[in-house]
Amino acid sequence: MQAELAAYSSQSVRPRRLAVAEGLAGLLALFLLIAAVVPQFLAPGDPLAIDPLAAFSPPTFAHGFGTDESGRDIYTRVVHGTQYSLVIGLAATAIGLGLGVVLGTLAGMLGPVVDFTVNRFLEVLFAFPGLLLALLFILVFGPGVATATIAVGLSTAPGYARIIRAQLIAVRGAAFVEAATVLGRTRWQILARHILPNTLAPLFVLATLGVGQAIVWAATLSYLGLGAEPPTAEWGAMLSAGRTYITSAWWMSFFPGVFIVLTAVTATVLGRSIDRRMRHA
Amino acid sequence: MLGRLGVRLAGAVFVLWAVASVTFFAVRLIPGDPAQAVLGGPGSQASPEALAAVTAEYGFDQPVFTQYLTQLGRLATGDLGRSYALNMEVGPLVLAQLGGTLLLAVLALGLAWVIALALATWSTRGGRVAARVGSSLEIVAAALPHFWLATSLIVVFSIWLGVLPPISTAGVAGLVLPVFTLAIPLAGFLGQIMRESLLIALESPFVLSARARGEGARGVRWIHALRHASLPAISLSGWAFGSLISGAVVVETIFARPGLGRTLLNAVTLRDVPVVIGVVMIVAVAYILMTLLTDAVSRLVDPRLRLS
Repeated sequence: MQAELAAYSSQSVRPRRLAVAEGLAGLLALFLLIAAVVPQFLAPGDPLAIDPLAAFSPPTFAHGFGTDESGRDIYTRVVHGTQYSLVIGLAATAIGLGLGVVLGTLAGMLGPVVDFTVNRFLEVLFAFPGLLLALLFILVFGPGVATATIAVGLSTAPGYARIIRAQLIAVRGAAFVEAATVLGRTRWQILARHILPNTLAPLFVLATLGVGQAIVWAATLSYLGLGAEPPTAEWGAMLSAGRTYITSAWWMSFFPGVFIVLTAVTATVLGRSIDRRMRHA
Repeated sequence: MLGRLGVRLAGAVFVLWAVASVTFFAVRLIPGDPAQAVLGGPGSQASPEALAAVTAEYGFDQPVFTQYLTQLGRLATGDLGRSYALNMEVGPLVLAQLGGTLLLAVLALGLAWVIALALATWSTRGGRVAARVGSSLEIVAAALPHFWLATSLIVVFSIWLGVLPPISTAGVAGLVLPVFTLAIPLAGFLGQIMRESLLIALESPFVLSARARGEGARGVRWIHALRHASLPAISLSGWAFGSLISGAVVVETIFARPGLGRTLLNAVTLRDVPVVIGVVMIVAVAYILMTLLTDAVSRLVDPRLRLS
């Protein structure tokens, strides 16, 4: 019985499985990083260069991922689009996490009245599920890359705030915090020296996991015509452009989407692996 | 019990009031003259008389606080105002779209639960390889963007195989692709959570004691462990429902299916403020009802919650 259960136990299964997945995710992350920083290195062409004679070419040796309606090379565009998606994803996560830290810290540190207020506020924000808050923000400030990025950041903030608050409260009860209190440290000294450093590691994990989700959401907004616009080589905008030709040119939609999925999966696998390593360390 | 219900109801009313207030003041931030927006934006070259008439009709010349109170009063009586772009009452418009989206969301939530349960039970029973395959499938499924999944499903099942319509027609066949598009990513999320809690449940003392009482491995797994393991996923279903409604924005647009999501996207693109507020309010109500429902189901499944 116990042996049977041990086979299901999380500890016995995980390390080996993750070693393979982690390696793959690491390689992918490296590829994406190179694509974002020096895209010419992976795809020397111009992502906006048109070649009408080669329009709608299916994947061939000359054009690995095919070409679009103006003969632009999809592979080149996808590689060059990495920087848009990564920057938007990172910026949105930074905004969401930043707001989350502020709200979570207020709720976790300033006593029950503030905690109650912030919690009710978060409850209200949760009643704007998913993209709803983002759409409301875009309604007010108009579509575009900048507003879409901020919108995605805003709509992820309540979730972060809730997790950070819980984490702060957990750390606040630790023995070393009690010791610091006994030694006469002020609340803010304790926050800065003892509590925040101990919530940083989980924050890092949250950020890694969040980037994937933020990229998916930002691409969704571009796809809906509220973020980056074609012919920008942003992945969501590329898919949006490919939608018109879906019956004849599937590759225009397929490959940018594959990159979105791969990026999101990479972020998830890396985030979890960091999390697990830190827990066992 | 009644006291608890009262607290929950008060909380729900508070959230609705706050949602209405947030949307009201957010919409005030839109630059430009709201009267001009009613008449079709700055490009419409509306005459000063028309602008004055609209300003008076909508009360834009009143102090902001008066407008706010008027708006709250109207919302309280269920009056959502008139659409700028479609020139019809928002209430009936939104209610007419609600059914289709609810059907989509409920079916997708049900399908996601079935897939997640199947994946979780299979991958925790089938040994190491099954566990790896199961968790990889879940991670990939959870990372799939709705818009890409939808286009890929259309390419494969409508264009290559020709078995399902690419546009959501009235019949059952038209529902298959939209429902799967919404259900697969959600199943990835729910499956991850269910598998983790199933693993923990299978190691709990109550499983051992059930085995010691002589129950078979299958009975223990299906009756004791799974019931326990589904709790986190049940409480997440309120959130899941909300995310399904925002997923409906994408899915209804791609499959050209009438519904709340498509209405919302059109309204945002046209800056049709009353319609956006109407949809947001309806979604907030649906979300609150869903949270209350998941709370009730959790108490039904978990006897410990009924004690406190």
